[in-house]
Amino acid sequence: MAAEKSTIDALGQFHLDTGLGAIGRSVNFANSNVMMVVAAALVLLALHYGMRRRAVVPGRLQALAEIGYQFIHDMCVEQIGEEGKRFFPFVFALFFFILIGNLIGLFPYFFTFTSHIAVTGALAVLVIVLVTAVALRIHGLHFFSYFWPEGAPVVLAPLIVPIEIISYISRPVSLSIRLFANMTAGHVMFEVFATFMLMLVGALGAFGYVLALGPLVINVALMGFEVLVAFLQAYVFAVLTCIYLHDAVHLH
Amino acid sequence: MTRLMRAGIAALMLAPALVLAPAGAWAGEGEGMPQLNFANSLTGSQVVWLAIIFAIFYVLLSRVALPQVAAVLEHRSATIAGDLDAARGAKEQADLAVQELTLATRKAHADAQAAIAAAVAEAKAEAARHAAQLNQALEAQLAAAEQQISAARGTAMAALRDVATETASAMVQRLASVAAPREAVDRAVGAVLAGRG
Repeated sequence: MAAEKSTIDALGQFHLDTGLGAIGRSVNFANSNVMMVVAAALVLLALHYGMRRRAVVPGRLQALAEIGYQFIHDMCVEQIGEEGKRFFPFVFALFFFILIGNLIGLFPYFFTFTSHIAVTGALAVLVIVLVTAVALRIHGLHFFSYFWPEGAPVVLAPLIVPIEIISYISRPVSLSIRLFANMTAGHVMFEVFATFMLMLVGALGAFGYVLALGPLVINVALMGFEVLVAFLQAYVFAVLTCIYLHDAVHLH
Repeated sequence: MTRLMRAGIAALMLAPALVLAPAGAWAGEGEGMPQLNFANSLTGSQVVWLAIIFAIFYVLLSRVALPQVAAVLEHRSATIAGDLDAARGAKEQADLAVQELTLATRKAHADAQAAIAAAVAEAKAEAARHAAQLNQALEAQLAAAEQQISAARGTAMAALRDVATETASAMVQRLASVAAPREAVDRAVGAVLAGRG
């Protein structure tokens, strides 16, 4: 992050490297994987320490754990129905894994694993495979009627069926790109404005410090916005998962 | 909620355009977008580690952490339900006690009224008895007085005959200068007195 840098390297922050030193190098353990472990551990520790006292009147951490639990539980039951309770641990894991991944990525020098399309794509594929497996398990071959809207004229079958199939397949694509793009965009903007400050100082000296206040203010506002995005994207991912699961359980 | 969500999703769909434009602009330097650099073996291998980490995360959540939360929430709702039941029971008991108290008060009231009524009745009876006694005594006195009067009257009447006989004898002596026989005078006086009643 030297001030003399003349170009903006907005994408270097997404560069994958091995984490955990030599051990990580030997097993290809990436810096993104380190943050995954941190995110998962944070969630588990928060739940564990929050629930340690098992108080009837909860303290702060316990209230946090219970609110998180109730929030996802209600979301599952509301979107999927009573059967949604079976998928609750999965949606809970998904939501908090992504949410904490988004949030810890906002700290300087912390890698944001949700900004990698391979990661979000894998999560989206996991969701869609689960949804399809659930649908096939519950409805058997009747599941394929999902691609045929009831009461549509038979003449349109060659048109409607491919469209339905494409829309079904595009679900994981949109699911993964939405999260990846949002996180990448936010972090690129952080980097652009931060580097811009350094460039101003490097080029204009003392006067540059005054001008650099502009990008600084923008970055502060951006940070608030990115916190919102972190929550919103995790929520969107979880809600869409619930909606797809609802379709899988009820078909249409 | 859903409308807001939809609007949010629509807005966020535009985000890729924002990213991919700069990505294209900087693609020339270095490795381009690290996310799309599949020459880096870590891009693929991180997904394998993701699968392992997420699987462990899921198992720990669903087997250990979430049941803990569920148990606490269940315990809380059970405690609250139990407390409510206890409160309801206590209220029932209190209601019962209030009812009992009302009944007892009413009974005491009735008893007091009865006692007052009895006392009044007794007093009245006593007064009546007293009055009757007094009446009797007065009547007895009255009767005695009447008897005395009639006795006096009898005596007086008896004396009156003697006086009348003597007066008649004396008047006959004076007027006719003859001594009338005592029996005849007595008879005549008796006949007159009898005639007057």
